[in-house]
Amino acid sequence: MNFIPNTAEQRRDMLKDIGVSEIKDLFKDIPESIRLKTPLKLPKGMSELELRRAMSELADKNKQLVSFQGAGAYSHFIPAVVNHIISRSEFYTAYTPYQPELSQGILQAIFEYQTMICRLTGMAVANASMYDGASALAETAIICKTRTKRNELIISKTIHPEYRETVRTYANANSMKVVEVDFEEGKTDMKKLKSLINENTAGVMIQSPNFFGMVEDVKAIGNIAHEKNSVFVVCVNEATSLALLNPPGDLGADIVVGEGQSFGNAVNFGGPYLGIMAVKSDFVRQIPGRLVGETTDTEGRKGYLLTLQAREQHIRREKATSNICSNEALCALAAGVYLAATGKKLRDIAKLNYYNSHYLYNELKKHEKILFGNDFFNEFVVKINGLDECFEKAVKSGIIPGVKLERFYPELKDCLLVCATETATKKQLDKLLEVLG
Amino acid sequence: MAKENPSDNRYTREHEWVKVEGSIATMGITDVAQELLTDVVFVELPEIGKKAEQMKPLCVVESVKSASDVFAPVSGEVVEVNDELKNHPELVNQDAFNKGWMVKLKVKDKDEVNKLMTAEEYDSFTKES
Amino acid sequence: MKTIFEISSSGRTAVEIPEPEVPEEEIVLEQRDELNLPEVSEIDVIRHYTALSRRNFGVDNGFYPLGSCTMKYNPKINEDVSRFSGFTTMHPYSPEKLVQGNLRIMYELQEYLKEILGMDAVTLQPAAGAHGELTGVMIIKAYFESRGEKRNKMLVADSAHGTNPASVSLCGFELEEVKSTSMGELDLDDLKNKMSKDVAGLMLTNPNTLGLFDRNVVKIAEILHKNGSLLYCDGANMNANTGIAKPGDIGYDVIHVNLHKTFSTPHGCGGPGSGPVGVKKHLADFLPAPMVAKSREEYVLDYRIRKSIGRMKAFYGNFNVMVKAYAYIRAIGAEGIRAVAENAVLNANYMRVKLMKHYHLQYNRICQHEFVLSDEGMPNHVTTLDIAKRLLDYGFHPPTIYFPLIIHGAIMIEPNETESKETMDSFIDTMIGIREEAEKNPDLVKKAPLTTPVTRLDGVQAARNPKLCYPC
Repeated sequence: MNFIPNTAEQRRDMLKDIGVSEIKDLFKDIPESIRLKTPLKLPKGMSELELRRAMSELADKNKQLVSFQGAGAYSHFIPAVVNHIISRSEFYTAYTPYQPELSQGILQAIFEYQTMICRLTGMAVANASMYDGASALAETAIICKTRTKRNELIISKTIHPEYRETVRTYANANSMKVVEVDFEEGKTDMKKLKSLINENTAGVMIQSPNFFGMVEDVKAIGNIAHEKNSVFVVCVNEATSLALLNPPGDLGADIVVGEGQSFGNAVNFGGPYLGIMAVKSDFVRQIPGRLVGETTDTEGRKGYLLTLQAREQHIRREKATSNICSNEALCALAAGVYLAATGKKLRDIAKLNYYNSHYLYNELKKHEKILFGNDFFNEFVVKINGLDECFEKAVKSGIIPGVKLERFYPELKDCLLVCATETATKKQLDKLLEVLG
Repeated sequence: MAKENPSDNRYTREHEWVKVEGSIATMGITDVAQELLTDVVFVELPEIGKKAEQMKPLCVVESVKSASDVFAPVSGEVVEVNDELKNHPELVNQDAFNKGWMVKLKVKDKDEVNKLMTAEEYDSFTKES
Repeated sequence: MKTIFEISSSGRTAVEIPEPEVPEEEIVLEQRDELNLPEVSEIDVIRHYTALSRRNFGVDNGFYPLGSCTMKYNPKINEDVSRFSGFTTMHPYSPEKLVQGNLRIMYELQEYLKEILGMDAVTLQPAAGAHGELTGVMIIKAYFESRGEKRNKMLVADSAHGTNPASVSLCGFELEEVKSTSMGELDLDDLKNKMSKDVAGLMLTNPNTLGLFDRNVVKIAEILHKNGSLLYCDGANMNANTGIAKPGDIGYDVIHVNLHKTFSTPHGCGGPGSGPVGVKKHLADFLPAPMVAKSREEYVLDYRIRKSIGRMKAFYGNFNVMVKAYAYIRAIGAEGIRAVAENAVLNANYMRVKLMKHYHLQYNRICQHEFVLSDEGMPNHVTTLDIAKRLLDYGFHPPTIYFPLIIHGAIMIEPNETESKETMDSFIDTMIGIREEAEKNPDLVKKAPLTTPVTRLDGVQAARNPKLCYPC
């Protein structure tokens, strides 16, 4: 199969117009020594029918089980309207809206998305999205540095381990020092934080609900950060929690970042997702990525365009605040449609997450060792002796009971992070209790 | 047409003007420069206390499609910045030599000023280029 | 058009949420007061976003010759297969034995890209081209650090994408630009002059942003390597050379490619993309973890990358985008991969010779996948922006404009292989027509566009007083 419409005759005519005799002549600038003499070693092409078959065989090699895995990738109900809208090819086959007259659709949709994110997070400005939650958090390291001219980050160990790794990667490249603060009862240890923070601390990063599902004392940590004039960054990994909990902006966050996957995007084996980033108004010059603004056209009509572009790499080049070029616009569109469709009902969805996971928690508590308190959103840690065996047993009965924590926290051997969202039925919850019991 | 270049200022080849009164130098960009830049939408000003070096970047002016460095015409310490520009960057376009001033510097070496172009020299410099 | 907030009406809803099946445990967490999101019905949602989609323009609407962006047709079968629930519902932390289909796709895609690029190892983790570029520069930095060499300078061609210098400075390198010659190639003398023990490497886009293949590229690689420096290839323009020459054979040490350009995955209004990075053996130990490996007949996630720079994002990259690129490579196969480059280059050269009679072309040479015209010599001060805006009235997406920066008033045209001669002819005729309009009726061109939902927008007002949110 190929997607080339020109016929052999047309190709001949075009070569004649160009004034060369064969296709090879068009590549004469490529030194002969490096031109390929043999075909690439790739499989032969195939028809659409064969391809569909091959792909469905591959999909069938994956096993779709009932899953209680969260840890940064959450399975939520996605209303049918979401996929119908993001399947409109006016959206998915377009490029970044550099020509606003021809892109009012996505520009307005992103403007609305930015507004929804501001309202959910309690912040003044949200950008058009980042690659994902982890890279969004990592980018804030650079904002912290620029703002404070300091070089050290304090990052809570209750932040998603892969997010912390990403922060370290970016910070290393930028010659910044990263200090981790341990946890106590599943939450950031504030005493330790106080002892670590100093005049070199550019930023303090926490996640709430944190990697263990626990809701942190955001306000108190913010106060500690601000006492030393450090930037306070709050990461929200499970965005659904925003519909229920106090917005981080009301609790003192200077920057809110997070993963927006929960808003209408499938789990998709880890991507594509969308990074949320929202800031207080005086950080607007430092926020990386695209921003859509409202303006008027020559006839006085309302319209939208990419604005404050002089911050960005294509204009500032080496002086840009980030090298980010694209965003995850289609994922942000999905999030916008999802938030429009669920609207105020998102709070009810969030409550279902709370009820389902707390039901599991309360039942498991009767027989198993639960590690931390009940102030969590939709996931919690349970210790099960002989976890590996129990996990295998669950898989055999069609359930993935959660995410094992030992690989991320060696001290949490035999610990399982269990997540229940609104998609779990009571029957499934009871079955999980049965296999874990 | 660009406005006349005041004769009591000195000028750089990067189109900055500077006016020295006592030990304080007030600087900004010339009217020729603001015309080239088109509508200024933002001016990034230095912090008070910053030590500026002659012909090293001091501010950044942004138009919709560009970000340009503004160079310090003389070395010295930043003692005042034009906060009005934060909300009214258009002052640079409207009144580059007065209300559109950017930074006041405490001059380190007055000899540096003498190396800069006079209004007359700057006139012919802009006509050539 | 009204915003979603303006059509909101209290009490409406588009979704119904089931009653809890479990006890409604008292919520011990501090809760927010109100949740200020729209209240709309399902039909409101659909009508609103459908109306928005009609104010948007994609490849499926018409010709999109946006230079350096490779706006090729996005095969529909890729969209369909990528939505198989067997792919979309898989959790990244599922045990490997339950996600063998996904891991196999990733493993084979790594292998295909290694073959196409001539590299020894490929990571699929970066989420976009610029992200891949950042990964590549970090790898270079880590490589020299591991050798105890202090090299703090990176060279970038003056025709480079803005992301190149931005990536360089994000990694704490000092940037130096290398000039282009009058033939649009890297100036070898300038390069040689800038070589020193401080130089970690050079970032080169090839074919470059002028659409030209740098004939000295093998020499450039030699100069760099002789100095102990590395050569980075920005593979954004790979569509011109797939199956024709392998970057690895040229002498590049690192390259990123864009699956959303060369490998047909849709751009999605600016994302999600995917920017895999390929490296030669000596850099393989520095790639981000994990990679997908094959152990006997099982595919596994391999975290044992000895000197890994770390992670660039959570999980494994934009998996769903990889599915589409994988399906594309499987569909067109080896012979198709080569035909892509051949036809992309044929189409670009055809348009070049047709348009150069009417528009200024600075580098009159056989081009690769794109070429750059300019507004030099346009009558009545009609500018590149005017030409672009007038094209909108004729139903075309304009080319990339004002880039590369080294050509004043640049108009960068990339037709790609999926466009027919008829489509290109109609664009060519329109461009010739605009040139005539510029002469006879310049005001029409300067006021364009006239037929779009909005006319030219006030960018100055938007930047001076940014309105980035709909007011509460």
